[in-house]
Amino acid sequence: MAALPPSSVATPVVPLAAPRPSADREWVTLLRRLVRRRTALFGMLVVLGVMLAAVLAPVVSPFDPLEQDIGQRLREPGWQDAQGRLHPLGTDHLGRDILARIVFGSRIALVVGLAAVAISGVLGMLIGLVAGYFGGRVDDFLMRLADIQLAFPFILLAIAVIGVLGPSLQNIIIVIGVSSWVVYARVVRGEVLSIREREYVQAAIALGSQHWRVLRHHVLPNTLTPWLVVATLDMARVIVIESALSFLGLGVQPPTPTWGGMLADGRVYLSTAWWLATFPGLAILITVLGINLFGDGLRDTLDPRLKV
Amino acid sequence: MRSYLLRRLWQSLLVLFGVSVVVFFILHLTGDPAALLLPPDATAEDIAKFRTAMGFDDPWVVQYARFLKGAVRGDFGESLRHGEPAMGLVLERLPATFELAGAGLLIALTLAIPAGIVSAVRRNTSVDYVSTVVALLGQAMPTFWLGIMLILVFSVRLNWLPSSGRGSLEHLILPAITLGLFTTARITRLTRSGMLEVLGQDYIRTARAKGVGESPVVWKHALKNASIPIVTIVGIELGTLLGGSVITETIFAWPGVGRLSVQAIFNRDYPVVQSAVFLLASTFVIVNLLVDVIYTYLDPRIRYR
Repeated sequence: MAALPPSSVATPVVPLAAPRPSADREWVTLLRRLVRRRTALFGMLVVLGVMLAAVLAPVVSPFDPLEQDIGQRLREPGWQDAQGRLHPLGTDHLGRDILARIVFGSRIALVVGLAAVAISGVLGMLIGLVAGYFGGRVDDFLMRLADIQLAFPFILLAIAVIGVLGPSLQNIIIVIGVSSWVVYARVVRGEVLSIREREYVQAAIALGSQHWRVLRHHVLPNTLTPWLVVATLDMARVIVIESALSFLGLGVQPPTPTWGGMLADGRVYLSTAWWLATFPGLAILITVLGINLFGDGLRDTLDPRLKV
Repeated sequence: MRSYLLRRLWQSLLVLFGVSVVVFFILHLTGDPAALLLPPDATAEDIAKFRTAMGFDDPWVVQYARFLKGAVRGDFGESLRHGEPAMGLVLERLPATFELAGAGLLIALTLAIPAGIVSAVRRNTSVDYVSTVVALLGQAMPTFWLGIMLILVFSVRLNWLPSSGRGSLEHLILPAITLGLFTTARITRLTRSGMLEVLGQDYIRTARAKGVGESPVVWKHALKNASIPIVTIVGIELGTLLGGSVITETIFAWPGVGRLSVQAIFNRDYPVVQSAVFLLASTFVIVNLLVDVIYTYLDPRIRYR
């Protein structure tokens, strides 16, 4: 029998009581289990690959993503220019290298993804903790807020707000971050509802611990596992939304390369140059697929009961 | 039963009230709706005059009360571009959006439920693998890219189907597939996991043990019990479909609410944007209320809550 699950609710006392050094071993166990699932391993490798591409973009990219060369516009994938430089995915309508733009585009996708998930994750965590722990009227009020948030077609609300505020990296992150908290809040609340009734929480309250202390030391650590799974899967959704906003012209503005913006450019040249729209879309598809598979693997390893 | 429905109705009204607050504040996000509504070349004097005329100087509560009074009557002001009532413009486009969302949902349900059931019954066979891979790809594929690729293949290359506009059934095929694929993928995975769970229950074993045939076990005993999460997700997916219509309609030049909203945002025609957001959000709330009514039929235990 392998070690106990790292921090499932069924064994809530373990992670808290465990001395710190064992935390390393938990991560190793988790990683080993993840790697054993082939789809999760594939997802993890894709995510790592995209992250590396984003961080090392200036090193790995063969061209400057903004370098225009009108003489070399709309060249097919595999085109070699006069200096013998290869454009593996061809060039766009301004003669820019498509591979370079895809590599640099991953930066916007990941920055928006990480930042928006951080905002909505923290917000949702707080709301979920408060709603689940205090219950009653507070819970009712916060859950109605969640219903209101869910009632809006997300993309329509996002474009309306960004249309008013103006498109910028900061506004996009804030709008997506602030309006994506519901899924975190619901999952965390669900966990808190059961954690609240545990003996160790009751004991802490009986000993006179204040609410914020109970929440921080006894409740919050036990909600982190499901929260992490939700955050991973939500990252994929955020990346799609960012590219949808860019596609509509409400994302980070040109000439900064974004996957959605490249797709929008490519749409115009669909009948003459198929590669313009095809490759950025594939980049989104592979990234999102990778994150989803990784997230599914994480869920199955950490907390198979979780329905997200 | 009745108290449950009354409670849900009351909750829905509260949600609609909240929706109206959000829609009201969209216009006030920048702090100066007058400057937002007038063309960029308007003078400061024009803006000041307009602000007084529209009552933007009043306290927010007064402004919101006025807005809500209009909203309950469907009056969101006149479109700044067309000079007609904004809600009228949106309502005009609503049938096209419903047609598209309905077609997308129909595709999703007719493909996803059988695929999910077969996947669960023939678990770990090649059928299951194919359907799982397709579902995973469908969930990862951005709508706008799928739409463009469908246009590339079926309109540009093969010249089989039109790439834009509305009218015949042929116009509907590509946009409906584009809009429906994500939902298809979601429902397939959900049906599969729901059926797997139900098929492992004791009452299924009992049914088999007393000699019920395999096909009634799957389609009658199991499916009805697995259908509860499916009905829930259909309600929620309707939100995805209505929201997705914004992108799909833009790609295929489909004359619905989504495309109208995107155009209105670029034209700074905010009364139209507010009407569209309010109408689509209300539709979602009402459909989910209906879903809850259907629930009480599928799962009688809910009535006694």
